[in-house]
Amino acid sequence: MRAPSSELPIEFDGVTVAAGGVTILDNIALTLAPGAPTVLIGPNGSGKSTLLRVAMGLLAPSRGRITWGGLENVPPHKRAIVFQRPAMLRRSAAANVSFALRAAGVPRAEHARRTGELLRLVGLEALADRAARRLSGGEQQRLALARALARDPAVLFLDEPTASLDPVATKAVEDIIRAVSERNIKVVMATHDFGEARRLAGEVVMLHRGRIVETGAVASFFDAPQTPEARTFLAGELLI
Amino acid sequence: MASDVSALQLVLSGDPALFAIVRLSLYVSLAAVVLAALIGIPLGAWIALTNFRGRQGVIVLLNALMGLPPVVVGLAVYLALSRSGPLGSFGLLFTPGAMIVAQTVLVAPIIAALTRQTIEDLWIEYRDELTAMNLGPFGRVAALIWDARFSLVTALLAGFGRAAAEVGAIIIVGGNIEGFTRTMTTAIALETSKGDLPLAVGLGLVLIGIVIAVNALAWTARRAGERLAG
Repeated sequence: MRAPSSELPIEFDGVTVAAGGVTILDNIALTLAPGAPTVLIGPNGSGKSTLLRVAMGLLAPSRGRITWGGLENVPPHKRAIVFQRPAMLRRSAAANVSFALRAAGVPRAEHARRTGELLRLVGLEALADRAARRLSGGEQQRLALARALARDPAVLFLDEPTASLDPVATKAVEDIIRAVSERNIKVVMATHDFGEARRLAGEVVMLHRGRIVETGAVASFFDAPQTPEARTFLAGELLI
Repeated sequence: MASDVSALQLVLSGDPALFAIVRLSLYVSLAAVVLAALIGIPLGAWIALTNFRGRQGVIVLLNALMGLPPVVVGLAVYLALSRSGPLGSFGLLFTPGAMIVAQTVLVAPIIAALTRQTIEDLWIEYRDELTAMNLGPFGRVAALIWDARFSLVTALLAGFGRAAAEVGAIIIVGGNIEGFTRTMTTAIALETSKGDLPLAVGLGLVLIGIVIAVNALAWTARRAGERLAG
């Protein structure tokens, strides 16, 4: 079990991100606290990925501020992210993981053991020597998870980790996410798959046009959505 | 075709004078490619990853320098290395060293320009991941150069092809001195003008053979490497 980390809570205080005259995130106020996964849902272009990038510290807000454990400008030593289309280094699966270990400052003597553990965790130990770019989509997604976990993060951001995966690959990825969450790593995940949100979420944050329209525990959000946007979205109708 | 037969005989008999010429050609061009790589790869990577004023101009200039006329490079290096030139004290003019310098000047822009393009494309793909891993500048450059290694081999080959094929620069700074600075290309130029076509054709065949062999070797290595590393 992990001691409470200085990374959390992550607080968005009036965060706005604008680029080229377009407002991507609009006055976001949100607290990401330790606990069960937080799932961001909303249609494409609603700002989910941008919110994750701001939370990771990759993108600075145009206005407002973001703090990690009450501090600004915390380097991302204990944060990790899996992008929607993770870039695979042109190396073997194992070398992708050991690269991440080296970047995280893990002593070289531990690389072999930790790489083995991480590949086992994501079920890729048999493919350790395979070129990462030759792996299937689901295998690449799991390798990206292993690489992110190599940073020993306190909080893990996932951007649509199962988009374009088949059900078997999706289940493998979701099982890993569940195992990660049980290790007290805070998971913050974007998805537009309601089923996935139900299966994994503790709390749901719905975004639309860069704004948070509704926040709630997973059961109350799906069973009794409070806003017309959420009702429209959950009814499977086009939310424009 | 009598001259073809005797050319072939010359090559197959392992004529020692011909062998010396081939060896010097390879030494000069390979040394130039190594030096140009030591300059061009870091320079190209630096331009790819750095934003500075006039960057676009530098890229255009670098791409233009890929087509530097060898005789002009030869003339410039000649002026620099001549007794009264700024580098005259080294006494390099009309030595293989001068030829290496001239070919390095020719090849470095090619390697730098191709490296810049390769590393920049890879950086676009890797930027988010490497930034999220909080990797410092040296770690980034090292990772990008390592992961671009197969493409960079192609850049080195392009440089070698350029160096092995050119005659204009090395004939000016080397002087085509028999047994000392005579290479395949300068010998071909000389023998053709003298009318000794068998030797010229023989050397031409060897030169083409070497270029094909080097490319085949690099291609095989690249394919094998890509199978292992993707």
